[in-house]
Amino acid sequence: MAEDAVEAGLRELGRWPAPETLVPGVLRRLGLGCWYAPAEGPLGTVFVAHGPAGVVAVRRESSGAEFEAWFREHRGGTVHPAGELPEALAAAVAAGLRGDGRGVTVDLGGLTDFQRDVLEATRTIPRGEVRTYGWVAREIGRPGAVRAVGTALGHNPIPLVIPCHRVVQGDWRLGQYSGGGPEAKRRVLAAEGIDAGELEALARARVRFHGSDSTRIFCVPTCRSARRITDAHRVAFGSEREARSAGYRPCRLCRPAAAA
Amino acid sequence: MQQTAPADERRVVSPRARAGAALVERLAADLDGVFEDVVVEHQQALFAFVTGLCGDPGRAEEVVQDAFVRAHRALGGYPADRVRALALRPWLFRIALNALRNSLRGRHLQLVLVETPPDGVDPGAGPEAEALRAAERRRLLRALASIPEEQRAAVLLRYAHDLSYPRIAEVQGRPLGTVKSDVHRGIEALRRRMGAEVEV
Repeated sequence: MAEDAVEAGLRELGRWPAPETLVPGVLRRLGLGCWYAPAEGPLGTVFVAHGPAGVVAVRRESSGAEFEAWFREHRGGTVHPAGELPEALAAAVAAGLRGDGRGVTVDLGGLTDFQRDVLEATRTIPRGEVRTYGWVAREIGRPGAVRAVGTALGHNPIPLVIPCHRVVQGDWRLGQYSGGGPEAKRRVLAAEGIDAGELEALARARVRFHGSDSTRIFCVPTCRSARRITDAHRVAFGSEREARSAGYRPCRLCRPAAAA
Repeated sequence: MQQTAPADERRVVSPRARAGAALVERLAADLDGVFEDVVVEHQQALFAFVTGLCGDPGRAEEVVQDAFVRAHRALGGYPADRVRALALRPWLFRIALNALRNSLRGRHLQLVLVETPPDGVDPGAGPEAEALRAAERRRLLRALASIPEEQRAAVLLRYAHDLSYPRIAEVQGRPLGTVKSDVHRGIEALRRRMGAEVEV
């Protein structure tokens, strides 16, 4: 019996569990792996995950453990708690969560080319402005893929920093928001000065574009140029064709329609 | 006892070997992206091996971290073909063995016995059963400490980690015959030692 006991003891020794600190320790020393920390977003605390190539995920979850579980399922692999974000990243992420994500390096690895194109185009929408799903589809050269754009934005792994909340329906109604539904979308937009009620009023009035009768240029209504048009000079259009046949050309800043 | 397997049987690849081949394939393509998977896959075995060798889980954690850092550096310098051809497990055992030697700076592997190994205590087992297991493990570690270090490594690789003799020879960089006789002498010494202690 002594023989079996020795072999069994050795086998058990071979299964001695490693401490949980071992893997994170190796990754830290090599500058590898994904790490996360909490940060303040417009709707409360979010968890921000980053890897060597940039931010990989932002998400509202009630606990770090739930964020880790979500990450494993939806981004793949393990994300390790970091306590806080690295200094170089923290300021850029804070600005990103306040609506200016231009300084944040994002890592969209693991996504399809189409998803990446959609998210990159969405990143170009300035704070305080909105565009439509159709606009994003046209920007990436896939004008027929409006629904697929909506799906890709619904799976945006880095919401807020990549402002999918700034993409709304073709008639300017808010539409879906994966970060907590239409009410959350309304609050995030309000935090950057967009009144969802005004957008809904446009929808009811069937207004798609605003033009200026002095410049003969038409814009999406939230374009910073359109906002400068005085009431006396503002003209409303229900379609691109209507605007063009009135002799207006699309704005080069907000690109409300394909160049003629 | 020893038989040569028929040619077609020798080509049968174990699931572990297949998974290992897939891992080195991915590793060759994307070292930094896949290295975490390598660490996760092999950390437990390396930690258990080094703990069995030196008896000190604290030192073992440091040594295994060093070993992975060395492995990452080495892989970064290998051409993709060489990475694809690697048998990762024995290669990592070898690096861990060297990392431990380095940590001891050429001194003989000196077993440091830790009174209460801080391993995962099974909450299902009662405190008495756990105490008994811990006592048994300490006895085994003490017995391991009493045999020569090369025998100790060979016995652990064979019985704790299920490596074949040729793989052990690879890890230790020693001839196959020497490894076989070390495993046999080592396990016999452990049995004598454990048996003798029981009779006391």
